[in-house]
Amino acid sequence: MKRFITVCAISAAMTAGTAFAETVKVGYMTTLSGGAGIIGKQMQNAVNLAMEHKGGKLGGMDAEIIFADDQRKPDVAKQLANRLMKSDRVDVVAGVIWSNLLMAIHKPVTRNGTLLISSNAGPSPIAGAQCNKNFVSMSWQNDQTPEGMGKHMQDAGIKSVYLMAPNYQAGKDMLAGFKRYYKGTIKGEVYTKLGQSDFQAELSALRAAGAQATMIFQPGGMGINFVKQWKQAGMDSVSKLYTVFSVDGVSLPALKDAAIGILGTQTWSPDLDNAINKKFVGDYKAKFGAYPSFYAAQAYDTILAIDHAIAKSGSKDTAKMRSILAAGNIPTTRGNLKMNTNQFPIQNIYLREAVKDADGVVTTKVTGTVFTDHADSYASQCKF
Amino acid sequence: MTFTLILEQTFNGLQAGVTLFLVAAGLTLILGIMDFVFLAHGSQVMIGAYAAAAITQATGNFYLGILLAVPVTFASGYLLEYLIIRHLYQRDHMEQVLATFGLILFFNEAIRVSFGPAALFSDLPPSLSGFVEILPATPYPAYRLGVIIVGLLCAVGIHLLVSRTRIGAMVRAGANNPEMTAALGINIKILFRFIFATGACLAGVAGMMLGPLTAVQPGMGEPLLILSLVVIIIGGIGSVRGAFVAAIIVGLVDTLGRVFLPAILRLFVEQATADGAGPALASMLVYILMAVVLIFRPTGLFPAKG
Repeated sequence: MKRFITVCAISAAMTAGTAFAETVKVGYMTTLSGGAGIIGKQMQNAVNLAMEHKGGKLGGMDAEIIFADDQRKPDVAKQLANRLMKSDRVDVVAGVIWSNLLMAIHKPVTRNGTLLISSNAGPSPIAGAQCNKNFVSMSWQNDQTPEGMGKHMQDAGIKSVYLMAPNYQAGKDMLAGFKRYYKGTIKGEVYTKLGQSDFQAELSALRAAGAQATMIFQPGGMGINFVKQWKQAGMDSVSKLYTVFSVDGVSLPALKDAAIGILGTQTWSPDLDNAINKKFVGDYKAKFGAYPSFYAAQAYDTILAIDHAIAKSGSKDTAKMRSILAAGNIPTTRGNLKMNTNQFPIQNIYLREAVKDADGVVTTKVTGTVFTDHADSYASQCKF
Repeated sequence: MTFTLILEQTFNGLQAGVTLFLVAAGLTLILGIMDFVFLAHGSQVMIGAYAAAAITQATGNFYLGILLAVPVTFASGYLLEYLIIRHLYQRDHMEQVLATFGLILFFNEAIRVSFGPAALFSDLPPSLSGFVEILPATPYPAYRLGVIIVGLLCAVGIHLLVSRTRIGAMVRAGANNPEMTAALGINIKILFRFIFATGACLAGVAGMMLGPLTAVQPGMGEPLLILSLVVIIIGGIGSVRGAFVAAIIVGLVDTLGRVFLPAILRLFVEQATADGAGPALASMLVYILMAVVLIFRPTGLFPAKG
């Protein structure tokens, strides 16, 4: 009898299998080579972990993930997007770390009718005037995080600040977002070279400017360089350092104790208290031996979003998936995510501090919530 | 813009220039004297930084890390010459470019495979993380001052080696006329291998000194390679003295330009334009300088004789 039931169950499973014989294909684009390769590697790890947690299926459908290395070059990203759509015939294009790369592939992918989900970049044009209904962000709009920093520093009563960011679009977006909420004196606004490794000259100028606080956006290796040199130059006695996207799971292993006490804002932190995040951070650490960065968390969330969209709509059709995602309430490492009319998340902005955990590893801890359910500033300009 | 700020920035420029000189000096020996186009010189910087960081981590002693990393980079240069480079001397420049560009990719990937793609942890020992007062109430990081001193000592060392020693004479003779030098009983092959390894070692020393200051990660030496090519063009290809002067000039122009140019521009044009054009112009300054030097002194400031 028991055997009969098993056979029945297997055949039922098999018929169910044939009914769902469709395979959903996801093209996941990130930077796996070059200096930023570590970011892409963490995202790839997180995507693989998400697929493992979902048993290799997305919304019950068999799933295939195709990774593509954009080499941080817009032209390569464009070619890859074309290849993913035309030759691999993917249902979803996801990933993308850099704003300029997302700008390059945004039109070709959305016009093709393929769903495009960003795991990181959130340039303002795509959130505003150039928005498209086939694009969904699972990260943030660029300005949101520095807006949180601006608000925190304004509320903390900081009188004067010195700003520093690389000389490219995201750098300018970040400082613009900061200034939207910070109304104190700006003692200096310096744009450094993208990829700069030595900031000693800028630090000397900063020392002379004598601002009460300093706010930087220096992602990746630039953040490591900046913070190291900041400490070595003894700048803590001159000014207090605040950061966005500079002290995170990517730079902390190289900075260790030098980063302790530095404040930043972020939409996510490894210690966010919800079941999905605990499982993600715990399993990521067990499997890869280090804390995940926010890049990894957002990559994980992207896969959860696709899973959620297919499970709810029962289809991998772009219009159906996007209508589920547009409705919000997407289960992620940041809790159930709300969506704005431009399909960018409405989310909390947390203040995080770099601290040592129980094992002596440097990580970040949430010390406050700057914004609850913070929406981006461009949604009103977006008309589908 | 006080006097102390200008002095501090001059020190910063000097430190950048001296580091650049170590890379450029190696390249001058290899490209200028041996006439071999070696693009993977930036990889030697990376190897030096990784060797020092890894040994420091293993032994827990920064000085031991530096001390042991020097022979490691010399040996890696020696081995590289023996295994690959010596087969390329007779090829034309384009093939050397292709082969050594391939070496860049190889070294970056090799480092990524053995150390992982993440930046390596490296920091200063407490004994070097203090400050020195260069003027009353003007603290300057002791380590950076140390970098300037080590760089200057290396510069004097190379100068003496090339112009005052027997080996230097053989090197200069070998560069001028390899056949005749060989006919006089000097082993050109071993000599070139020695020069190559010395050049690689100098770049490695630059990497070791940069390690505690910047991110130790794959491909970290490539931006330095481009700047050091500019340096040897400005200084005159094959001239160690030229490389030194040009490296200091480039370091100063780059540093001072970056800091003061946007402020100077603000005096003439409105704030927004100055903020936009300043950083862009500052990053071009070094190349503009190179163009100007090439117009008036096509062979560089101190062209090698012969």
